[in-house]
Amino acid sequence: MVLALCATAIVIVALLSEIALPWLEEALERRRANRRLTAAAAYDPGREQRAERRARALLRSCVNQEEWAMYRDLGFIRVWGAAPGSRRDRAPYAYLIYPHKPIVAYVPQTGRLLSEYCVEFLDDSRPYGSARLPESDDVLAKWMALTGDEERLLSQANLHVPGRQVDPRHVRRDLWRLGQWERRWERDAGRPAGAVTAP
Amino acid sequence: MRPGHGEVLIAEGNVEVADEERMLIREFRRQLDSGMWAAVPTTVETGRREAEIARSFEDVPRDAERVIFFPRAAGGR
Repeated sequence: MVLALCATAIVIVALLSEIALPWLEEALERRRANRRLTAAAAYDPGREQRAERRARALLRSCVNQEEWAMYRDLGFIRVWGAAPGSRRDRAPYAYLIYPHKPIVAYVPQTGRLLSEYCVEFLDDSRPYGSARLPESDDVLAKWMALTGDEERLLSQANLHVPGRQVDPRHVRRDLWRLGQWERRWERDAGRPAGAVTAP
Repeated sequence: MRPGHGEVLIAEGNVEVADEERMLIREFRRQLDSGMWAAVPTTVETGRREAEIARSFEDVPRDAERVIFFPRAAGGR
């Protein structure tokens, strides 16, 4: 009798383990994955700051001196549209590149805002929990894509009317600031390099 | 370019050395296959700096100092 009970108990335990083991393994794996995700996603301000420092250095090494100074002083870069025959003083349109904001197209001669191009450069592998590039890397990605293949970038972007995400008053103020800044920049252009205000 | 890190050196080598060129081509393709875009910072005749988008290794000028890979553009909100 005891032997039969023992045998039955063993069979029941074996059957239960067949059912429970996969579930337990799955639960353990979920727990491990959650831990990994929490560890990876933990926001580290020091790491982000170092990343941004590296990104600024890379941006500075790629863009024109004037564009770097513009970004350093104003927080955005103006890129001229690449329409045929466009020149600094005759470009029919230009763009303002802000970090992690849409690219704003406008008419340089009148300041009329044309459109917002919403575009993102997301790294889905999320190496440190986030898919977003450091701010200066985002600006550089937009700059490279605009100066390298404007048409391709714009075809990827979502086009919106001005004011959808970037406040037009803010943009107009930035254009005014840009005008002031450019006058200063041109005035200072004759100065020796050492006389330029340090960042 | 990587989120949370910024610039990362992926590979370096001399295109005039066959083994190194093969390694650079392999890395280049690996990056493009993983969904990155490649750009080469250049200076045009007028002295202005721009970028050239490279869709294949052949698009990279032989004397290019570096190729920058960045996540491909996608329509944002």
